[in-house]
Amino acid sequence: MRIAVLTDIHANREAFEAVLADVAAHGVDRIALLGDIVGYGPDPGWCCDQATALVAGGAICVRGNHDNAAAGAAEAMSTLARKALDWTRDRLGDGHVDFLASLPLTAEAEGVLFVHASASHPEDWSYVTSDTKAIPSFRATTARLILCGHVHVPLLASCDLGGMVREQAFRSSLPIPLLPSRRWLAVVGSVGQPRDGVAQAGWALVDTARAELTFRRTPYDVQTTAAKVRAAGLPEDLAVRLLQGK
Amino acid sequence: MQLRPHEGLQIDGFTLGEKLHTGGFATIWAVTHPDHDLPMVMKVPTILDGYDGPTIVGFEVEQMIMPRLSGPHVPKVIATGGFDVMPYIVTEMIDGGSFLPVFQKAPLPLSDVIEIAARMVAAVADLHRQHVIHLDLKPENFLQRKTGEMVMVDFGLSRHDQLPDLLAEEFTIPMGTYPYIAPEQYLRCRDDPRSDLFALGAMLYALATGRNPWGTPETLRGVRKRLWRDPEPPRAIRPEVPEWLQEIILRALSVDPMRRYQTAAQMAFDLSHPQQVALTARAHKVRRDGWLQVFDRWRVMRKIRRFTAPVSVAAQLASVPIIVVAVDLSPQGERLAEVLLRAVKRMLTIEPDARIACVNVIKTARIGLDQGTDDQGNNLHVVRLVQLKAWAGGIDLPDHRLTYTVLEGPDPGQAIIDYATANGVDHIMMGARGHSTTRRYLGSVSAQVVAEAHCSVTVIRLREGGAAEPAAPPLVEAVPA
Repeated sequence: MRIAVLTDIHANREAFEAVLADVAAHGVDRIALLGDIVGYGPDPGWCCDQATALVAGGAICVRGNHDNAAAGAAEAMSTLARKALDWTRDRLGDGHVDFLASLPLTAEAEGVLFVHASASHPEDWSYVTSDTKAIPSFRATTARLILCGHVHVPLLASCDLGGMVREQAFRSSLPIPLLPSRRWLAVVGSVGQPRDGVAQAGWALVDTARAELTFRRTPYDVQTTAAKVRAAGLPEDLAVRLLQGK
Repeated sequence: MQLRPHEGLQIDGFTLGEKLHTGGFATIWAVTHPDHDLPMVMKVPTILDGYDGPTIVGFEVEQMIMPRLSGPHVPKVIATGGFDVMPYIVTEMIDGGSFLPVFQKAPLPLSDVIEIAARMVAAVADLHRQHVIHLDLKPENFLQRKTGEMVMVDFGLSRHDQLPDLLAEEFTIPMGTYPYIAPEQYLRCRDDPRSDLFALGAMLYALATGRNPWGTPETLRGVRKRLWRDPEPPRAIRPEVPEWLQEIILRALSVDPMRRYQTAAQMAFDLSHPQQVALTARAHKVRRDGWLQVFDRWRVMRKIRRFTAPVSVAAQLASVPIIVVAVDLSPQGERLAEVLLRAVKRMLTIEPDARIACVNVIKTARIGLDQGTDDQGNNLHVVRLVQLKAWAGGIDLPDHRLTYTVLEGPDPGQAIIDYATANGVDHIMMGARGHSTTRRYLGSVSAQVVAEAHCSVTVIRLREGGAAEPAAPPLVEAVPA
């Protein structure tokens, strides 16, 4: 099965649309959204509607910390995120809030665990930023592959037969073989707010039959999104961040 | 691991037969399978009780890299098995067997050394084109097909530059086989394809002289010496080794990767064009360097931590392309040849490290004997070679990067394509005849080359509509009947 994995869309319609078009061009069997559909960006309503439609069509979708906060939960957040969240809440309808509140924290399919942040206590939203930080996730599940987001910077780690967890260097666009002798964890890059210095939407393609994972980048109309952020009166830093990809 | 291999064991449809080989880290078994009607072998790692990290990671690397390789120079993978039951890799059996017995007869007749060298280098060039550096080339890791191709095995230390390097952080000591390991590999660099060229150089040295360039060191300290100590020149051991072969071997054994051949294709090119190998002081060396020179090198090298490695295997191959320039030397092609020369010079400004192979084709009749001489009795081959060198006189390149070859064949386009394929050429540059009736009837050589060559092709044309061009300048002129 070929699964397109999208995470941290953050209400960026242009990026979301561009990735969905790229996904369609690649031909996949299923789509998985790893949360943070809203927050930061100027199109929360549209992105929620799109996610709802995808879930109705069979997509997997788990809840992120911004989704949780938008649905009314109290979440500790940075000032920037807090400002954007207050703006977002005013623009979501009841339907949107219900959808976000209904999302599970984790999902499992084809031996793959889907989660927004660390697989260990997902509700704590711990960042997986290194091999050391990936260890609790490997301990929390027996899944062969853990896919998460939250960090906005892609990362790949493996856990070998001896239980040693190591970060693995990788290159975008090239299929990485997920050796069956190891368990794997991939932090997928952000669709709507990449922070690794590349102002292109990040996502990943998983092929469970071939046991391969490919980190992908899709260019999108970042100028338009940045203009919308400014027009909406959202903090300027959010526009700059999109333009710079960091 | 639950199962241990033994004769008669059945796993995933494979039945183990005779044990063919016991190595330090694995055993090799003949196997059969009802669905696969070819001779096959199964490699099973010998995993010590408990957690045997190095063996496991090495085998994981093989399982990751081998299925991604193709072509005649690697064994075809049939199946792999996981560590949960019994890890294995099943491949086709290579019919010609191991190269080791041949190697053990070294020193070999020089004609054999040259021929074997060409086949080994071709195999390595093919591997590098597939983004893989072997990093453990040694005689035991070469098998031969009956059709002549060398096949490389044992990819447990290899590096695929597009895949994660599982070995990168696993070991703290250099990995490789001491007689053949390159200096930068000793310094723990795992991403330089030129390390394989060093190992090739060490093997050619042994084939030609019967000994290893630095003996058989058993300690890392012994390996380290090659950073400053030069080996005995092959001609000092065996005076009949030609100077050009010594040049090739010692160049491959240069300590600094920058001073070696930059690609296997370049090394293969020299092996197949011996008369055109540019001889340096290396070629004439008859004894090792004096102690003062060695001492100076020791002072520099003992502090060195690394050599500059290329960005990637592909980048390294692309930075030193072999460019074939097919030149039309007929009077009608004169203007076009001038324009082509300008294009070649422009190309050299963007590819400053390229090697230029100038080629001209003598068209021969399909049937019957051709005259090798013209009406005045001049040897055509020699005449063309002189003309070709005169044409290339305007190209400012050192000798070792500029070669001249006159090809013969009934089909000029095919001759150019075959030459490019045989020499691992990266790019062909040639002129195209203008629109003309001749071309309509004879077909276009350049169009054929563009359509059928395996590499990039640049076609140079004269601008239409300028001064009247001579009618139909053929790219390759026919031999007067």
